[in-house]
Amino acid sequence: MNNENVYRQIYANPRFQELVAKRGRFAWTLSIIMLAAYFAFILLIAFEPKLLGIPLGPDTVTTWGIPLGIGVIVLAIALTGVYVQRANGEFDRINQEILNEAQK
Amino acid sequence: MIARFLTAAALLAASPMLLAGEALTGEVQKQATNWTAISMFVIFIALTMGITKWAAKRNTSTADYYTAGGSITGFQNGMAIAGDYMSAASFLGISALVFTSGYDGLIYSIGFLVGWPLILFLMAERLRNLGKFTFSDVASYRLGQTQIRILSAFGSLVVVAFYLIAQMVGAGKLIQLLFGLDYYVAVILVGVLMVMYVLFGGMLATTWVQIIKAILLLSGASFMALMVMKHVGFDFGTLFSEAVKIHDKGTAIMSPGGLVTDPVSAISLGLALMFGTAGLPHILMRFFTVSDAKEARKSVFYATGFIGYFYILTFIIGFGAILLVSTNPEYKDATGAIIGGTNMVAIHLANAVGGNLFLGFISAVAFATILAVVSGLTLAGASAVSHDLYACVIKKGKAKEEDEMRVTKITTLSLGVLAILLGIAFEKQNIAFMVGLAFSIAASCNFPVLFLSMYWKNLTTRGALIGGSLGLFTALLLTVLSPTVWVQVLGNAQAIFPYSYPALFSVLVAFIGIWFFSITDKSKMASDERERFFPQFVRSQTGLGATGAVAH
Repeated sequence: MNNENVYRQIYANPRFQELVAKRGRFAWTLSIIMLAAYFAFILLIAFEPKLLGIPLGPDTVTTWGIPLGIGVIVLAIALTGVYVQRANGEFDRINQEILNEAQK
Repeated sequence: MIARFLTAAALLAASPMLLAGEALTGEVQKQATNWTAISMFVIFIALTMGITKWAAKRNTSTADYYTAGGSITGFQNGMAIAGDYMSAASFLGISALVFTSGYDGLIYSIGFLVGWPLILFLMAERLRNLGKFTFSDVASYRLGQTQIRILSAFGSLVVVAFYLIAQMVGAGKLIQLLFGLDYYVAVILVGVLMVMYVLFGGMLATTWVQIIKAILLLSGASFMALMVMKHVGFDFGTLFSEAVKIHDKGTAIMSPGGLVTDPVSAISLGLALMFGTAGLPHILMRFFTVSDAKEARKSVFYATGFIGYFYILTFIIGFGAILLVSTNPEYKDATGAIIGGTNMVAIHLANAVGGNLFLGFISAVAFATILAVVSGLTLAGASAVSHDLYACVIKKGKAKEEDEMRVTKITTLSLGVLAILLGIAFEKQNIAFMVGLAFSIAASCNFPVLFLSMYWKNLTTRGALIGGSLGLFTALLLTVLSPTVWVQVLGNAQAIFPYSYPALFSVLVAFIGIWFFSITDKSKMASDERERFFPQFVRSQTGLGATGAVAH
């Protein structure tokens, strides 16, 4: 099989271009959410550490920092889950169809 | 007496040198020989040696050896990645940091986690679709094989060397503490065992050692966290309020302390951790052990889940230690200091919640943890030499499989000997900067070249070579001139480079260097390389032509 030709054929397929654009947009959106959350957290600590030290309520020592910190961890896990769900489902299905079409 | 225990945690509290927690540093005191721990560890060795023997029989080709023939499932690989990433020093170091400074421990662990989602979104599937055995396969896919492989093999070996030294020295000290064995005995034992796993069992055995270790560590830590939560009636509010009452620092443990101070250091550290994780050769190699992009993605999801869960556990364990260890005179010496230093609080907590038997179990798990990490490093180092340098550069891709295997085995053996010698040589040195340096170099050399090779059409061999080298040397130079080496190791009064982490600058140097020397490259070779981007792009997106699983 001449891969080079198949590659060209796939590249010319508008569905391939659509898949790449869609998946790329999704991946970058999630990346930016993760980066923004982490750097916001870190810069908050660098500039305004006191904010994270404010207690959640008058009769507790638990501070806002705890749910926010744990929140970043949970967000990381949740975002990976969301990506895998869509990439392994929807995107891979389109990908398989493109491949089937090309190898006919 | 207390001053002798210059622990990682103390160092961390005193400086913004976060990564020190990855390496146990400073003097430790040899403890009484712990027979329960030793017998549990012997059981672990027997089990993993059995697996190595089984794996050895299945290792017939280089593909089996380097990547277990692509036969690992996403779940198994996720577990193995977690096992590769969660080091003994991070288990003991982070819980110790929580014990001494509370909230800072959480900040520290979050930095180590956030690189994973990015690896998944931007790299995992492309890596799997393009690579075969090492990340150099991907970086050199359409570029000059000789130049790029030499660069990335060099980048891999430097990272492996620094990481390995830190782990070996940490191992020697930890085993002195936990098992009461001599430092030399400990280092030699670790060296010999890791060579056995890698030499005979290759990737398959290494993977299973990492999986078993991850299961043991996660279940041990879960049990400890559960017992802590049971103690406070499963109420986090009570856990924190009790801890605040007991702790010297009071409510300060509930908010950020002195860990992150200036924004430049904070961003630089964040970049080192994120991009560094995405440039660690032993981590990247794990993506080739699964059959396809689907499984590669799943691996990162499971790995992120396990690692994140583990960091939450260490946070609970650290607070648990404030409640159960700091109040119990049994775990303190005459001066009121924690026996063995604050790095031992998780171990003491194991005793407090599960008695001597569980203490032995956790000690054995800590040892197993070291073995899992160093085995992964050794395998990555060996494959950089045998696959990249020998088979692809010296033999131009025409090496006979048995010759390549022979080179791998010789390299593994040499790495083992080297690791033991370096471990002994660096016993009394301040090695706290080494893991940080490994992350910085991975972020400034391996990552930019790898990332742009997959994303940027105009990348050329010249750009990658010059930019990648600039990144590597900038990271190295700035680390030497930084407070961590220039002041703390070399003993100068004032650091020339004021920040502890060079990543912000060295990553920038690498990207700008690669960009500039690529776009100004007008050679014929450069335009051919740009031509070859589009088939690479199609393959990286669709997986067409990617090496799949080898049927057994």
